[in-house]
Parts: sequence; structure tokens; C-alpha cells
Amino acid sequence: MALHNVDDVILVRLAVRKWMLEESFSLLKQTKMVTASSELARNAVIHGGGGVARLDKVEDGERLGIRLMVEDHGPGIANLKRALSGGYSNGNGLGLGLSGSRQLVDQFDLFSELGKGTCVTITMWR
Amino acid sequence: MNHIPIIHVGNYLLVTVQVDLHDSVALRLQDDITIELVKVHARGVLIDISSLDMVDSFVGRVLGNMTALCHALGSQMVVVGMQPAVAITIVELGLLLDNLHFARNVDQGMVLLQNLIQADSESYGSGSGHAHEQE
Repeated sequence: MALHNVDDVILVRLAVRKWMLEESFSLLKQTKMVTASSELARNAVIHGGGGVARLDKVEDGERLGIRLMVEDHGPGIANLKRALSGGYSNGNGLGLGLSGSRQLVDQFDLFSELGKGTCVTITMWR
Repeated sequence: MNHIPIIHVGNYLLVTVQVDLHDSVALRLQDDITIELVKVHARGVLIDISSLDMVDSFVGRVLGNMTALCHALGSQMVVVGMQPAVAITIVELGLLLDNLHFARNVDQGMVLLQNLIQADSESYGSGSGHAHEQE
């Protein structure tokens, strides 16, 4: 899925919600994953200059999971430690996207290179 | 474009959010609330988010901005109806929203609004900027 503007963020949310509903994930897991997806997709649009999102079903033995990968070719993350610790967060939401998503999902992987871009992959097991 | 209606209930404004609060909708709502607040001298705003199945940091910011907006216009704001899954999620997300007032439903929200407005009046004493309440 292309991520060019904030309307695309909604499409990502709807896709995640739909997949998880179809696979009978709990409401809480759906809400957490949809919220994390929204944060990452929004980050890609606002900070990453746009990018792509990819949704996959994953299996690990008997476990079924949903995996979202969000990639942009933006400036990359300058201070990773700060970004993952809540950054400029002052409680009202600014800077929470990365650290917040990490808290919400079962698996969180991030790759970022200055000047090249950022790729975040999150997974939620059923 | 989606437009969220604002209903007048006595001295308050009631806003029921039933669509995704994305950028253009949120900005439009902030504008509309500002206009209505000033137009009818409403003392309180009740935002019903019981239909929202997700609140991310952007929506949190919007709600925070709306609260600040209401305060700047001499009014109080209460958010009601947050879904349990959403409540758990925002806490784990780290969204504090501690400058916001919450209630379980519209009835409790109205009571809270009344209390907040009463407390507000008392802390500023009588006779300061309350002339329009007599209208």
C-alpha cells in the first residue's frame, strides 16, 4: 500500500482491522495493532516524506500473526535512543509514535539509516 | 468531506464523533466548536467518543487542543464514552492526556461539566465576566 498522505494512513488502519477481524484476533489486540499501525504510517507520511506499507500473515509453528512493515526513504532517525524512549513526548502525543508502537505490539523491529530512510516492522500474534 | 454536527443542549455543546477524526475532519471540528462556543456563549462542551474504535497520538493531540481551545474561551470540556480497549491502548501507548476530563457516559459527563463550571465560577469569584449568563 502506498503511503503518500494522511488519507493513506486510514487505509492502512482499515486493512489491518479487516485482516485481524477475519482471523478472529481479540478486540484488544486489534485496537493495539491498529493504533500502532496508525502511528507508524503517519510517521512515514509526516516525517519520512511518504513510503509504503505492507501487510502479511505470518506463522510461527502453531501461532498465527499479522505483520506490518512500513518503509520510507526519508531522512532516517538521527537520535534512535531518544526516538525510542518517547522523544519529545510531553504526554500530549508528540513524539510518541515509535516508542508507543513498540509498547503495543508483540514484535518490533526497526532499521534506519541517515539519509536513506527508515523501515519498521511490527508483529502481533493472535 | 465529513462534517461532525454540534448539538446545543441547554448551556452546553454536545459533539458525537462518529467518523474517523482524521486531519481535515479534526480541523473542521475545532473551527466549528470555536464558532459555536462564542456564538451561543456555551459554558461547556461534551465530546462523545463512544464510536471511536481507535485513539492514536494524533487524535489525542486533537482532543488536547480542543480542551485548550475551550479553556481559552472560558469553557470546560469533558470527553465521554471511551471504549475499554481504547483506554487500555492509550495507556500503553503512553498517551497521558492528563489535562483532559473524562466521564463514562453523557449523563455522568454532564454532571462533571456542571461541577467543573461551578468550581471555575467559584475560583474566580462572582461578577467577573458572568453577565452573559443572565441572557
